[in-house]
Amino acid sequence: MSRGANSTKESVEGSGIKASRSRLRQAAVPYVFLAPFLILFVVFLILPLAYALVISVFADKLVGGTVFVGFENYAQALGDPAFWGGVRRMIYFGIFQIPIMLGLALVFALLLDSGAAWFTSVFRLGFFVPYAVPGVVATLIWGYLYGPTFGPFSQIADYLGLPAPAFLSDAWMLPSIANIVTWEFTGYNMIILYAALQAVPTEVRDAGAVDGARPWQIALYIRIPLIFPAILLTGVFSIIGTFQLFNEPSILRANAPGVITSGYTPNFYAYSLAFVNQEYNYSAAVSFALGAVVVVFSYVFMLVTNRREVSA
Amino acid sequence: MNVRRLVGPVRFTGPLAAVVLLVVLATGCGSSEGPATITFWSWVPGIKDEVQLYNDTHKNVTVKYVNAGQGAAEYTKLRTALKAEKGVPDVVQIEFQYIPTFTQIDALADISQYGANDVKNDYVDWTWSQVSEGDKVYAIPQDSGPMALLYRKDIFDKYDLKVPKTWDEFASEAKKLHEADPDTYMTNFAANDGGWLTGLMWQAGSRPFDVNGAKISINMNDQGAMQVANYWQGLIEDGTVSTDPDFTNDWYAGLGKGKYATWISAGWGPVFLKGVAGESKGKWRAAPLPQWKAGENVSANWGGSTSAVTAASEEPEAATEFAIWLNNNEKSVNMLTTESNLFPVQKSKLNSPDFVNARLAFAGGQKVNSVFIDASNNVDKGFEWSPFQDYVYAQLLEKVGDAAKGDTTFPEAMDKVQNSVTGYAKEQGFKVQ
Repeated sequence: MSRGANSTKESVEGSGIKASRSRLRQAAVPYVFLAPFLILFVVFLILPLAYALVISVFADKLVGGTVFVGFENYAQALGDPAFWGGVRRMIYFGIFQIPIMLGLALVFALLLDSGAAWFTSVFRLGFFVPYAVPGVVATLIWGYLYGPTFGPFSQIADYLGLPAPAFLSDAWMLPSIANIVTWEFTGYNMIILYAALQAVPTEVRDAGAVDGARPWQIALYIRIPLIFPAILLTGVFSIIGTFQLFNEPSILRANAPGVITSGYTPNFYAYSLAFVNQEYNYSAAVSFALGAVVVVFSYVFMLVTNRREVSA
Repeated sequence: MNVRRLVGPVRFTGPLAAVVLLVVLATGCGSSEGPATITFWSWVPGIKDEVQLYNDTHKNVTVKYVNAGQGAAEYTKLRTALKAEKGVPDVVQIEFQYIPTFTQIDALADISQYGANDVKNDYVDWTWSQVSEGDKVYAIPQDSGPMALLYRKDIFDKYDLKVPKTWDEFASEAKKLHEADPDTYMTNFAANDGGWLTGLMWQAGSRPFDVNGAKISINMNDQGAMQVANYWQGLIEDGTVSTDPDFTNDWYAGLGKGKYATWISAGWGPVFLKGVAGESKGKWRAAPLPQWKAGENVSANWGGSTSAVTAASEEPEAATEFAIWLNNNEKSVNMLTTESNLFPVQKSKLNSPDFVNARLAFAGGQKVNSVFIDASNNVDKGFEWSPFQDYVYAQLLEKVGDAAKGDTTFPEAMDKVQNSVTGYAKEQGFKVQ
């Protein structure tokens, strides 16, 4: 409002009200448009989270009912070997699976984008199709393929007189799951990276070519650095996805019940606590602890990669 | 024309919906006026025909059938409904071993007040003791799974094995078979299957739980259980039995192709096998469960379920009447047995010549029912389940699973199960004795 305006009190007030009204209206407009999202966001995300937070500080016992326990559930989660065992397993999983998956996705994306491959659209679709297969169905298919005695791989090994590969054994379960996840999500990540590559101006690439850079040099020093933010994005998505691994182990459990224990992945542990042990409150606390772990790892990843980006 | 046709029905949905709503309201509220409506949850295949028969023959009560999933899936939904205090069915399918789990949270009505005890003597004794506590009755038994041995006659003939009468013989025949053919196993030890393991221990005299309100005694590693554990540990170490989990595709294929010479099974087993291992038709036979002491005749139960009335039901009397009719009416019981393929618990059915003498082509025309009827008559009725059976099964799966992998031994696993179950019971507020 113009402070030094030389006019009567009334008119100042009048125009002030008008101005503030229209300002108010202006300020309100974005929220009106945001309202549908905000309402759904609050109802389906914030409120359930708040509810989970509330129940996580209680304990509901079969004998004695519900009692307030404060942070007892969280203290228990922090010292729970089953929970940390699952987290550790997911860290191993991520260290090997994420680089392989993103590496493959990047190579495929570069190949498709370079135009070196024939039938680009066929390959693009082919790589992407596994993502369109529901995770449950994909795991059922792989579960059948992995069958220790009568699965096709075992049958082939048997035919050749080789020992049957023990895909569902204790030692091989994690790589077997990693294989399914890689199969499912390489195409998805490839599409993100491919889209980013498509946005790289051709001039930059041509300039490199004119300067005598070989195709692999163009890829390594020009195209990849330019899509680094997209690679970072797929990295964060993959870290979150890894800690939330659930479908694959919970379905493969039917094939190898002794191998996939209730604490195999932290997410599956939270599920088992709630729906097998009936410990809903503790399950809520474990879920929040898992959320904290995901935040920490995603943040550390961004911190490390950002620094590298700056120094490079 | 087309447009009108499309518009026509749309315009009428308003009033139509209102009428439907009114009807629903009328039936929902005026219990004294119109017929009572009760909801029935069950996963038994084909049971909607029995419900249909009931609805056709009863004017005062209408049963609405819902398939809310099998076993654990249904229990999860039931628990959700109980917590929400909304949408709880009136009658619900519950397996024997989960009745204490649900009575513990006061989910089931005591239906003795609606005359459930009148039909007590129609049921095999041990099944009735599974659904009752003194004079209190929490469900009507529907079917059972008395245990017996299913064996492959072709494999037994080929390797000249004799049908084992004792567990010692079972072990020696297992050795003989595996030495003759390293790719064939006497059976599979299904460490994943808490119900099956419990059946074996039940036969050996294990009585892991004694529940008395908030007091509970837990003996998961009692003498009977340890007898079973030591015995199977020996077979696992010898490698004469496989440690494949049961109810997987690989296991079905193994049963069909003759990887296992026997399946320690239950009354519902032969018909189930027909479904999952059809290619082995005619090769199976049934024999009594091997015994711990020669000359004895002790069996156990694995599986089977009941129809329970929920405490939240607003029509407990009608619900009880339906639960009894479903599992007592001659026509209904016949349908349950022949169409839904359940192994009966009703004495009349177990004694009826058509059931006793039925020959099963899948078992080479053997009168398999008679083997399982004998088994049913030899189930001890003193067996009690825990009030948190999901947890117990989960612990058995994990700890005994480690034994099947060789990370620990079966007897050690039972000690661990004992510890974790005791810890859980204390955490849940029970007084553990």
